[in-house]
Amino acid sequence: MITKRIIPCLDVKDGRVVKGINFKNLKDAGHPVKLAKMYDEQGADELVYLDISASPEGRKTMLDLVEKTADQVFIPLTVGGGISSVEDIRRILKAGADKVAINTAAVKNPEIIKKGATKFGSQCIVSAIDAKRVYENNKTKNVIETLEGKCWLEVYIYGGRKPTGIDAITWAKKVEELGAGEILLTSMDADGTKMGFDIPLTRTISEETNIPIIASGGAGTLEHIYEALTIGKADAALAASIFHYKEYTVGDIKNYLKERNVPVRI
Amino acid sequence: MKVAIIDYGMGNLRSVYRGLEYGGAKPVITIDREEIEDSDAIVLPGVGAFCDAINGLKGIEDIIKESSKEKPILGICLGLQLYFSESEEDGLHKGLDLMVGKVVKLPPTVKVPQMGWNSIKIKKESRLLDGIRDGEFFYFVHSFYAKPKEDVTVATTEYGVEIPAILEKGKLYATQFHPEKSGKIGLNLLKNFIAIAKE
Repeated sequence: MITKRIIPCLDVKDGRVVKGINFKNLKDAGHPVKLAKMYDEQGADELVYLDISASPEGRKTMLDLVEKTADQVFIPLTVGGGISSVEDIRRILKAGADKVAINTAAVKNPEIIKKGATKFGSQCIVSAIDAKRVYENNKTKNVIETLEGKCWLEVYIYGGRKPTGIDAITWAKKVEELGAGEILLTSMDADGTKMGFDIPLTRTISEETNIPIIASGGAGTLEHIYEALTIGKADAALAASIFHYKEYTVGDIKNYLKERNVPVRI
Repeated sequence: MKVAIIDYGMGNLRSVYRGLEYGGAKPVITIDREEIEDSDAIVLPGVGAFCDAINGLKGIEDIIKESSKEKPILGICLGLQLYFSESEEDGLHKGLDLMVGKVVKLPPTVKVPQMGWNSIKIKKESRLLDGIRDGEFFYFVHSFYAKPKEDVTVATTEYGVEIPAILEKGKLYATQFHPEKSGKIGLNLLKNFIAIAKE
């Protein structure tokens, strides 16, 4: 039986892991390869590196980190952040990553998903979608019901800084059609809050597409992860700070899930 | 012990390289006829689309077929699918025809691709499984699967349908999952393959 995946995410800036709230106030959280090895030993199913360096030097450091990680860690590695061309994809895969996560470049030029999927296979193209609720009953958008009221879901780019006016549900269907093999769905509202995943967002996107969904943003407790994988219908859950600050190990999460009959690899 | 990893295009070959090295082999990433002929074993890695891979094999197809009689070959993911007579991926394409059967798309009742860790059910003994138990988890990423028309299935997995996960026929070995991405247990399987090749 296919298992639900637990994926630690490492936000990497100039070679170091950092974590902040809503992409702001960044704190140092350790060395990427060291953390990657530790999570692998804890039973992580995959790892994600998000490169939030803004400089060309930072990007080069990232390639070096991917090589070092691939030499020591034998579980799938996804790399995202600043990927803007098919050549960027090739470089990262060649360094030893298995998948690339693309957000901004795909919104600006959706063809990059199609080209990447044709050239390297759908399985290595992850569409990263950062979405934020907009509480208005807009007839031109897909409006969903939430406990907080009716809203539609807006796609953000540039690390959560720029709204696009694009409906996340429409966009998710579009990236599937273009050949993305998976969606890494981050709730901008929930990210960094530790108050739980945006369940209506996750569930809606999961039901509206037929590719795997990784839920991201908001993990603070074991129950949050359980909810994302059951009520939220996500195929995988991604978290960062609860791991970096050693609140829970990957093993803690998996034991909790297993006791509640969620299939996990232990 | 020289293992030729066939380079028929793009993607991540670093992990399979390191995995084989970890298992005690001397891997070489190549598409060169002589280098392949000179190797003790061959790995057909699993990256890209079926027709691109078959096109990439043009010019060495005959060595692969010839080699399969005398040295072990391990097909990984797409590499497994290449063994078969034909595939439905992006139209109908002819494969290496080393195993009789067809490669078809996963059913619409499940999310495609299958992406993640799934357990295997062992159907018969294989040296590839030394130290690997029934129910062990491996990492799968694929949208198509093989339907063999001969008795080559060593282990299966369940994803909407029963999928052959490990195959063996003479010196031909194959896994639908990625052993190089399946942690310690995957490295164990690669080590078993190298042990077979060493004989």
